[in-house]
Amino acid sequence: MSAPFKGNFVLITRHFTNALAALFLIFFGLACQKDQEPVEPVSTGPTPIAWTKPKHFPDPVYDMSRNPLTEEGVELGRFLFYDGILSRTNQIGCGTCHQQEAAFTHHGHELSHGVDDLLGTRNSPAVQNMAWNTSFFWDGGVHDLDLLPFNPIQNPVEMDETVKNVITKLQATPLPTAKKAVDYPQMFKKAFGTEEITSERMMKALSQFMLTMVSAESRYDYYKMGDQSALNADEKQGMALFQAKCSSCHAGELFTDYSFRNNGLVPLRIDDKGRFGISANNADLYKFKVPSLRNVGLTAPYMHDGRFHTLEEVLDHYSDSIKPSATLDSVFIRQGEKPGITLSDAEKKSIIAFLRSLNDEQFIRNAKLSDPGVGTNF
Amino acid sequence: MKKKEAMPALLAAILCVFMLAACTDVDTDPNPATGDAGAITLEFDNIVGDKNLVLGGGSSTNGAGEDFVLTKFNYYISNIKLLRQDGTYYTVPQDSSYFLIMEDKKESQLVKLNNVPYATYTGLEFMVGVDSARNTMPIEKRTGVLDPGGSMMEDGMYWAWNSGYIFMKMEGTSSKATSANGKFYYHIGLFGGYDIKTVNNTRVVKLGFNNLQANVTKDDAPEVHIFADVLKFFKGPGTNVSIKEYTSIMSQQPEKSKEVADNYAQMFNVDHIH
Repeated sequence: MSAPFKGNFVLITRHFTNALAALFLIFFGLACQKDQEPVEPVSTGPTPIAWTKPKHFPDPVYDMSRNPLTEEGVELGRFLFYDGILSRTNQIGCGTCHQQEAAFTHHGHELSHGVDDLLGTRNSPAVQNMAWNTSFFWDGGVHDLDLLPFNPIQNPVEMDETVKNVITKLQATPLPTAKKAVDYPQMFKKAFGTEEITSERMMKALSQFMLTMVSAESRYDYYKMGDQSALNADEKQGMALFQAKCSSCHAGELFTDYSFRNNGLVPLRIDDKGRFGISANNADLYKFKVPSLRNVGLTAPYMHDGRFHTLEEVLDHYSDSIKPSATLDSVFIRQGEKPGITLSDAEKKSIIAFLRSLNDEQFIRNAKLSDPGVGTNF
Repeated sequence: MKKKEAMPALLAAILCVFMLAACTDVDTDPNPATGDAGAITLEFDNIVGDKNLVLGGGSSTNGAGEDFVLTKFNYYISNIKLLRQDGTYYTVPQDSSYFLIMEDKKESQLVKLNNVPYATYTGLEFMVGVDSARNTMPIEKRTGVLDPGGSMMEDGMYWAWNSGYIFMKMEGTSSKATSANGKFYYHIGLFGGYDIKTVNNTRVVKLGFNNLQANVTKDDAPEVHIFADVLKFFKGPGTNVSIKEYTSIMSQQPEKSKEVADNYAQMFNVDHIH
């Protein structure tokens, strides 16, 4: 098996960058402005990280020129991601409901519980490949990764805190009572030059960390990169079926077209209207974001409300239980039959075998993405 | 790469702005002489009919004949332009043209504009709310009162689950409110949508100084006293809000919020200048 993404995050030393910049300046002078990034000849400061796009992925959506990744910025983001200090009770971090071993979902939880065990209304989505997302959350209410964390932090059943108060608490660190005494002002200084903590810096650090959460090393990816043996015959059969029957929505290498669709689920008691909550347009009633299927074998339970516990249940829904309604996606309409996707039991088995090949074991074991010792798992 | 769907609309909007500016180049003066500049203060004074607004104070009656007492009243004023006597405008630089007026913070009601070119001003223009472009800008363009995690958060002038600012927030109590706690909540926002079309509740208000003038000189920093009448928020050209019928108006009743926005577009007037 080849390892095409070994150098995913190549560290460029400042010396090398500076030497390169100097060379460019000497030989090309100011005339060469086209693709030359200005490099500050500073002797101190954060260490840049080159973020490398997996070869078969499209270009990212997030504009990294606005928030260049650095070792220190990513590390700060990792601490912030896991630290319960983001919540009112100092108990709930992002990592509480987005756990690495479940591809950053809340494994085993149909709905997640935040502060004081309060329950949310939706299943916690996977935090992965965030650089490619055109919108965030099941209803797509947030369109900028830097603006995402405000939502769970201030949601009364998630972290129930204000970002302003989080900043106040971060400024007061290191706390002797903390489970691990982290000196956040010092970490902000390392990442951004001064100890000042602002919501912009906090969000940009979180974004930097989340941008490194790239899952592109599943067996499917190895197959895609040329290793024919990475998938077995059944999985290859499943892939062909998947492409024929599922890929109109779960499209491309991210396995989603990022659209919002009604997939025929019977609304539950709270009657979650999905995208309608953002647009207030009747045409959007009961539509939810098409989720990426990367790591789908690790992210049970499924659907926006976690109602299905297995992939078998999911495919049974698509073949047999689609509920007709005014906004049901037209992809499910069948001539002379009730809506659904035509799938035999054998076909379902193959598709599920293929879906499991999207599990990325390196992603869920990558130590650079794991809890640095400040998090809580419930 | 980013904002694929919104991009054409945004570009079109930018183009329109440029074309407009090109057609009417007497309209704006983007480079005022910095040497000859003074200050002007806009005071936003919230009233209820002929009375001063007092949060938690005496009961008033709205256009639907319902009693009410306000407990919170906040709104954004942005994109301020001052009209000179010769018909040209001085436009306050956009990055420093966002203000959050809060009834419970006196200092927030005094909008002091510095670097205003010496001239005689006879009117002004401002937006109620936060323009659509700013609503889609990156986080580094959201500082001060626009910080989604800053001071604003105490007053909740930002929808974190549906990225966008709340333009005007009015809360209070009424015997006619149908809520469990007897309170009514009007949170009016929506800027037109990022990748879907929603209503746009930003409103541009143009106010003449009538026969009055504001002379900005080396020695004179006039204060324009603007009234914002809560009764006109309830009753105006858009609608006559009944608290009983609409105890809460937020993002889920866009058509109603649009009617309220048409009301708040008309709630301001210049009372005097000193």
